[in-house]
Amino acid sequence: MKTIETDVVVIGGGATGAGILRDCALRGIKAILVERDDIANGTTGRNHGLLHSGARYAVTDSHSAKECIKENRILKNIASHCVEKTDGLFLTLPEDDYSFQQTFIQACAEAGIETENLTRNQALKLEPNANPEMLGAVRVPDGTLDPFRLTSANILDAVEHGAKLMNYTRVTSLVIEQGEVRGVNCLDMKTGQPVTLRSRQVVNAAGIWGQQIAEYADLSIKMFPAKGSLLIMDYRINSMVLNRCRKPADADILVPGDTISLIGTTSRKVPYEDIDNIKVDSDEIDILIREGEKLAPILGQSRVLRAYCGVRPLISVDGDESGRNISRGIVIRNHAETDSLPGLVTVAGGKLMTYRLMAEMTTDVVSKNLELKTCCTTAETKLPGASPSKKTAATSISVPINASARYRHGERADQFLKDDALSKAVICECEMITRGEIEYAIEQLNAHSLVDLRRRTRLGMGPCQGEVCACRAADVLQTTLKKQGRETNIAEDLNEFLQSRWKGVLPVLWGDALREADFTYWTYQGLLGASSLEAFSRTKINPDTVSPKISLETEV
Amino acid sequence: MSVNLALLDTTFDMCIKCTVCTTKCPVAEIQPDYPGPKQSGPDGERWRMKGEDFYDEALKYCTNCKRCEVACPSGVEIGSIIQKAKARSGRHKPKIRDYILSHTDLMGKVATPVAPIVNMVTKIKPVRVLMDKILDIDGRPSLPTYSWQTFRQWFKKEAPDQSVFKRQITFYHGCYINSNDTTVGKDLVSVLNAMNIGVQLLKKEKCCGVPLIANGFMDKAQSNAKLNTEQFREALEGDSECVISTSSSCSMTIRDEYHSLLEVDNRELVNRIFFFNTFLVKEFEKGNLPDMKPVNIKIAYHSPCHLIRVGGVVFTLEILRRIPGVELHMLDQRCCGQAGTYGFKKENYDTSQAIGAPIFDQIDSINPDYVVTDCEACKMQVESSTNYKVLHPLSVLARALGVSK
Repeated sequence: MKTIETDVVVIGGGATGAGILRDCALRGIKAILVERDDIANGTTGRNHGLLHSGARYAVTDSHSAKECIKENRILKNIASHCVEKTDGLFLTLPEDDYSFQQTFIQACAEAGIETENLTRNQALKLEPNANPEMLGAVRVPDGTLDPFRLTSANILDAVEHGAKLMNYTRVTSLVIEQGEVRGVNCLDMKTGQPVTLRSRQVVNAAGIWGQQIAEYADLSIKMFPAKGSLLIMDYRINSMVLNRCRKPADADILVPGDTISLIGTTSRKVPYEDIDNIKVDSDEIDILIREGEKLAPILGQSRVLRAYCGVRPLISVDGDESGRNISRGIVIRNHAETDSLPGLVTVAGGKLMTYRLMAEMTTDVVSKNLELKTCCTTAETKLPGASPSKKTAATSISVPINASARYRHGERADQFLKDDALSKAVICECEMITRGEIEYAIEQLNAHSLVDLRRRTRLGMGPCQGEVCACRAADVLQTTLKKQGRETNIAEDLNEFLQSRWKGVLPVLWGDALREADFTYWTYQGLLGASSLEAFSRTKINPDTVSPKISLETEV
Repeated sequence: MSVNLALLDTTFDMCIKCTVCTTKCPVAEIQPDYPGPKQSGPDGERWRMKGEDFYDEALKYCTNCKRCEVACPSGVEIGSIIQKAKARSGRHKPKIRDYILSHTDLMGKVATPVAPIVNMVTKIKPVRVLMDKILDIDGRPSLPTYSWQTFRQWFKKEAPDQSVFKRQITFYHGCYINSNDTTVGKDLVSVLNAMNIGVQLLKKEKCCGVPLIANGFMDKAQSNAKLNTEQFREALEGDSECVISTSSSCSMTIRDEYHSLLEVDNRELVNRIFFFNTFLVKEFEKGNLPDMKPVNIKIAYHSPCHLIRVGGVVFTLEILRRIPGVELHMLDQRCCGQAGTYGFKKENYDTSQAIGAPIFDQIDSINPDYVVTDCEACKMQVESSTNYKVLHPLSVLARALGVSK
């Protein structure tokens, strides 16, 4: 059996796991990250992509609010290419209690979050699509945060500092010797080959799935999964983050993420055994549209591209199994101290916004366990892509291609924005992704499949949901992998990609989205003859038979 | 970076990315720097909503021929989206050249009193070289000549008394007929008089706005639209049955674009604004069909883009079909490349000629007596690029009625 030696194994390729991998690498600790699917495929990739200012938590949870504003300022610096400084508005609508606004402003001030109180007209000038019936608004330094690129940039930096990513590698058990965790046994999901990673520390950063990892060591970590559903609109219906100025509730955040807007979320408890099979319910869609229209009335007239949901990894503290003592804060358990099981550290709770802080706190514990004295530098060290570009784009590259590539990859876009006709050919027209960018994602960012490419580039995330780009990208993927001596069943991959797109469209199948889906169906099944391929004929277009290896509902 | 989203039209949301528009775009076919209407229109709009940094300079290549809108199965007004995006971007600061080319009514006013001089001067090689160098007006195409007497002056002094007719219509003549070539206007008066219909002019009229829109003078186009629409309203409240135009682009603009692009509400009037061809075919159908003599000519008919856009080609063909002695050859429905003022511009001339080349070749192979088309810009392009003379369908009809001017 293949065995690899390292210092630290990190389980889970979400933002937190990626952040820990990077933190270890920057401290000179040898580390490997194992992820059963692909990076940012779990809760990380299934939220708003909101760069919280902390204002949302200011009234109810000042500790979280303070953490958020601190990380907000850090991320604007170290991850500038994953962040857009849109600012946000907290709207008071006629149905809301206007006096809450003063409480809110006061709480923000206490947490160190700057606010600006705006009249209705001032707010409408800044955000013309906001509900004109608002009584007033408060401006806060909210923004947007792209979870896929954030995770990818953390991995990229870690790899460039000697760490290793093993995606599509599932942990099957922990290696426990003489009462100490000394590594993990894994299965390569692509080849079916077992592999053992031996290490001095194992970090369980598997989020909601961390409960299962803990069970491998007969430990009890009780998670209380709560499902949150969101809708993606076809385009940016708002240019600032819109919130309601009231206590947090369902469907009261509208975020302009990249080329689209997102409305969310709902919150519903789900049984732990269902976490891999959650679905967006139709009444949730109704709530999201109804409440979303209150923030921006145009939402009701715009095309909904997709619906998706994720699971919040809420954890009970102090072994409380009743769920009364649930924390939304960061929970780190050094099992050497809490369970007399050295070698294992679990991190849970928290939020995307505080991924870096969680990684810092976890790596501090790991460092201590390894008896190292190196310090964390992730709050100051810019991620790859966040530095200013040294080059100017080739003159023959069009403005939107250049600008969108730089928006996604920062200065790293220099590596693929080239003058030759082949590399600047546009593959995904909705999201302006060139062949060069796709090759870069395969060669530099560990993309193995079309779905992986989507997370690293936004391939297929626009209005056509893969209709135009999927077959083109499949060709580029196959050609590039072949150059690296890697084989792939491209028909199966294409099918999986289209099915994953279809899955998110299905719950919102009306109007133009329906016409689009129908057209895609005709294009692939009819025109391109996909129905004659074995990979496609096995899958019927039926939501119940959609079974990509990823078992959660749908991704962003 | 931030964009005033409320100002944006969101019909692009209906695009299903079928890309039929781009396959029908005459510019995308020959100009590799133009990404075509899908990417410039609905795709680009999503990016432009994100921020001005994503604005593509290549939008300047769009001729606003609107073939994309004809092709679109989803009702997206792609050409208008592109024109509005260009205007909103403020990136295409109109040059003096664009002012001269687009302010057709003003130029007519200045040039007609000294028309022989202007016409002579614009034919002198060194002058054209200077215009090419200084103004970026390409030295190769023939520029429109000006008429010594405007159509309005002719109408006032020399047109027969129109008050003898019981039925009255109002003629929106537009700039070209007034200042450049008055023939079609005179032919319209003759033809309608032969059908016992009197012609009136508006008290005043301004350029319909089509060249202003294409050159980025949106405010001016809008103020013209307001003035013209007020004039139409006044005429239609009087004894005029309807307003008629003989230019396919003017007619599309005054009827459709005032509302959809320039935000001037003319919806209550649009059912009484006609292109000449629909009006005539309706009259013919009602039996108001004057006697025609055979004209015995071979013609090649070219369909103007904006007439295709409003679905009007069939009516012109119906008129030509009724004229005895016409040997009608249909040219392929391709753009001639002129697109109003586009083909006069130095940076576009080669593109313009390349777009039109298949049409010019086809005309050569048919070798007609005349090319016939409803659009003055197409006429200028064909006459400048081939050895054939171009007639308006009304002039063919006038010949058949024996009332030709």
